[in-house]
Amino acid sequence: MANDVTTAARAAAPGQIFGAEFAYELIRFLGTLALTLLGLTFVTFVIGRVVPIDPVLAVVGDRAMPETYERVRQELGIDLPIYQQFWLYLTKIAEGDFGTSAMTSQPVLHDLFQYFPATLELATAATLIGVLLGIPLGVVAATHQGRLIDHVTRIVGLIGYSIPVFWTGLVGLLVFYAWLGWVAGPGRLDIGYDGLVEPVTGLITIDSLLSVDWDVFKNAIAHLLLPASLLGYLTLAYVSRMTRSFMLTELNQEYILTARAKGMPERRVIWRHALGNIIVPLITVVALSYASLLEGAVLTETVFAWPGLGQYITRSLFNADMNAVLGGTLLIGTIFVCLNVLCDMLYRLLDPRVRP
Amino acid sequence: MSAPDWLLTEAPASRRQASLGRWYRNWLVFRRNPLAMIGLAIVALLIVTAVLAPVLPLQSPTAQALSQRLAPPGAQHWLGTDELGRDILARIIFGARITLGIVLMVVAIVVPLGLLIGTISGYIGGALDVVLMRITDIFLAFPRLILALAFVAAIKPGLESAIIAIALTSWPPYARIARAETLTVRNADYVKVAKLQGASWLRIIWHYIVPLCSTSVVVRMTLDMAGIILTAAGLGFLGLGAQPPTPEWGAMISTGRDFLLDQWWVATIPGIAIFAVSLGFNLLGDGLRDVLDPKRT
Repeated sequence: MANDVTTAARAAAPGQIFGAEFAYELIRFLGTLALTLLGLTFVTFVIGRVVPIDPVLAVVGDRAMPETYERVRQELGIDLPIYQQFWLYLTKIAEGDFGTSAMTSQPVLHDLFQYFPATLELATAATLIGVLLGIPLGVVAATHQGRLIDHVTRIVGLIGYSIPVFWTGLVGLLVFYAWLGWVAGPGRLDIGYDGLVEPVTGLITIDSLLSVDWDVFKNAIAHLLLPASLLGYLTLAYVSRMTRSFMLTELNQEYILTARAKGMPERRVIWRHALGNIIVPLITVVALSYASLLEGAVLTETVFAWPGLGQYITRSLFNADMNAVLGGTLLIGTIFVCLNVLCDMLYRLLDPRVRP
Repeated sequence: MSAPDWLLTEAPASRRQASLGRWYRNWLVFRRNPLAMIGLAIVALLIVTAVLAPVLPLQSPTAQALSQRLAPPGAQHWLGTDELGRDILARIIFGARITLGIVLMVVAIVVPLGLLIGTISGYIGGALDVVLMRITDIFLAFPRLILALAFVAAIKPGLESAIIAIALTSWPPYARIARAETLTVRNADYVKVAKLQGASWLRIIWHYIVPLCSTSVVVRMTLDMAGIILTAAGLGFLGLGAQPPTPEWGAMISTGRDFLLDQWWVATIPGIAIFAVSLGFNLLGDGLRDVLDPKRT
């Protein structure tokens, strides 16, 4: 439907220059982004309203005077019509006011900044592992279609799609930490190393490098290795499968035949020409799996006692701390939506073949 | 004429013979794929055990026997017992009913909803199409597990909330598929003929368009089931899905977590069950896609 609109616009003005096209696409995507984010806030707003907890009681306690109750009720805007309440909610969020967490008695935004770097570190490490292994695996599978390595890739992918990540976390801890002792246990650092490095970025691996503390760095890596590998396996499954299918389409193109016919080395044909042409869709795939890792980390963080957003959200859940839950949901949701929409846009802007 | 000949004949004498013949031909192709056959076997086993669980000679999945708590796998308890002395094999098999129930319920909500939105959007078009597809896109961009978490937390933890939460975040792909299929057939001659004969749009959608969406929807559904099972198990693991003493696999892993170091079987066995069933659905879906939808592999 969106494409029909674009095509119609183009048909009306055949001699459009690239700049105008770019601006048009940009506006369209910003519109999509705004609309999707609005939808997301609306959903969290509705969820917040469905909760069977009286938000006024949560503030004043159950022994408050009726007058106090009424005043807080008005301050929270609960007597207003629903659309005004939604507007109030939107303006508060726009000011960065997600309310106060009942669990930590800190503003939710402050908490989110505290917990986010741990999730970011885990998801980034996992994506790096998945991409660095997944792309070569996918390429090799495509060039050896129907051979052993292709079947192995297919099975690796199927297992990745089928395995419960919280369970692999537990089994991984049992085998590699408890039995073999190859990696460090739950958490981001051993207790002795806690607070030794100045938090600059909040990513312990980067911070320890910045303050040139090798011991802390090694310990952080030992803790990161297992959860990042297990999450990275999910990325690997997805990325290798998509790479394989993109490569197969590309290798059947005529320019590949031309390159081969003029005697170009096979390695260059595959890794330079074919792979070069699938980089743009691959970026989309990687960005999407990165977004889903930020989300999927919830379960892994619970298993590994990793002090990230996922753990923050689940802990708040059990303390009926809805402000914190919705704030966290909104933050992860926003990143997810932005990555989604951004890579869709990137895809259309960078790959001339996608433009209608 | 033998049965295969009757099925494979080039000149079927009736509509029933033709359609049975087509099924048989698909089956012949499907049968050649060993991985898909393994998937089919796993799914069939899941369904059979789930249906027969009450009549199988099993111990009760909820009866506690504290004298036998945390017994390792052995002759009396093939897969050991959990922290309340309940037989893990019985709990796994009764858990299959829960898992299958969740999957079927989600699919029963999601598929009609997606079909309805997608076909109406594609057939009627215009402003309605734009609005419906925008809504679909918005839902498509939502993080599934996180929203399900927040949603379950808001209502109350339990099986029903988990099912609704998963359903709410899983319908958009079906709407997309149904719309795409509708767009390819809405201007086909047979649809125009039906229109000329005065069929209402509802009748056209239901009788002439929905049947053509069914193949892609079935393939998508089978591939989706693994995701549904994993999300449901994840919610159960976090304590937000089925509540004790229901033998839900995710929740079983969660309780087994406390005994992981010394009694590994309590947590690992339900995980193997989740993995096997998800893998079964994935293999089956892959195989079905190869047979029914060759252009997309």
